[in-house]
Amino acid sequence: MKAKHQRLVLVILALVALVGAGLLAAYALRNQASYFYLPEQMQAEPPEVGQAVRLGGMVAPGSLATQADGITVTFTVTGRENSAVPVRYAGILPDLFVEGSGVVAEGRLAADGTFVADNLLAKHDENYVPRELEGMSEHQAAEMAEETTVGLE
Amino acid sequence: MHGFANPKRFLALASWLTPLLLAGGLVLTAAALFWGFTQVPPDRLMGETVRILFIHVPTAWLGMGGWTAIAVSSLVFLVWRHPLAAIAARGAAMPGLVFALICLATGSIWGRPTWGTWWVWDGRLTSMLVLAFLYIAYIALAQAAEREGVSARIPAIFGLLGAINIPIINRSVVWWNSLHQPPSITMGKSAIDDIFLGPLLVAVIGFSLIFGGVVLARMRALLADIQAEARLRRRAMEAD
Repeated sequence: MKAKHQRLVLVILALVALVGAGLLAAYALRNQASYFYLPEQMQAEPPEVGQAVRLGGMVAPGSLATQADGITVTFTVTGRENSAVPVRYAGILPDLFVEGSGVVAEGRLAADGTFVADNLLAKHDENYVPRELEGMSEHQAAEMAEETTVGLE
Repeated sequence: MHGFANPKRFLALASWLTPLLLAGGLVLTAAALFWGFTQVPPDRLMGETVRILFIHVPTAWLGMGGWTAIAVSSLVFLVWRHPLAAIAARGAAMPGLVFALICLATGSIWGRPTWGTWWVWDGRLTSMLVLAFLYIAYIALAQAAEREGVSARIPAIFGLLGAINIPIINRSVVWWNSLHQPPSITMGKSAIDDIFLGPLLVAVIGFSLIFGGVVLARMRALLADIQAEARLRRRAMEAD
């Protein structure tokens, strides 16, 4: 075997070992490295009451309600498989906080199963949609896009 | 492959390719940013801040691409002992670092109005910050190796080791729940509306050309440095 080939085999073996080690480490971290609990995870293996954790999911449409004191809001965070966790929060809501969109709440689980949030972060999803096309069906949006670009060609 | 082992042929190619890439890149980037900043409508939820996308995404991709270039060049250097490969790896480090830092800064600026925070320690943000630190370490290591006359194999091995972070950055939003959104552009599918996709693609091409031009310019500077060093040494020997 030529020295060049020996080096190539050596480097490839080292790379395989490195990638293997990296994947194992990433796999071992899969729960600890998660930034938040999903609602279904929080119901399946709830964290200890009072432990500081984060909860992330979708604000259930129609669940957002302001309490009598005018500051406290309650809403439900839903995930997959009909999982839902009630959340209570007193403070200023982020601009992007709307029903039907993603949220990450920092806080702790109370004894009654309600998640008491100290801080809310709005979570943006992977979709980027211009304002004009909001609320239209895909078909309508496609038609409008066609109309608006017709003059440009 | 060893056709470029003689830096003369590389320098002849690079001397006209460098200004071409830089000028083309600047024109395309300026056009893409003008298009993206003034011509496209605001996003449904994010409003005007969506425009940061046209800087953030290309710099993020090139920040990762820079280390990929370091890793591939380091592999070529270690296996085939190609001298220009070590220079190429060093040339990619500085623009890679700058692009990674631009990505972190623009992401932070976007995060404040969108998420409600400048920074969180989630998987994507943390692994990208680690990449910036790896770049700094690589640059320091490569400079120290040259100054102390140590083999260029040491920074090359570090370049290969650090490559493990690239798939971690890429997959972080899929493996772990993160505040950062999952990929918008996957194989043949885009969750970004076509109206935003146009300027984004032009910006990616423009920034890539700038990146390539800076790498070539850095490589020429490093080669000139080595030549000047050798010439000084020879003159000193003759004077003795």
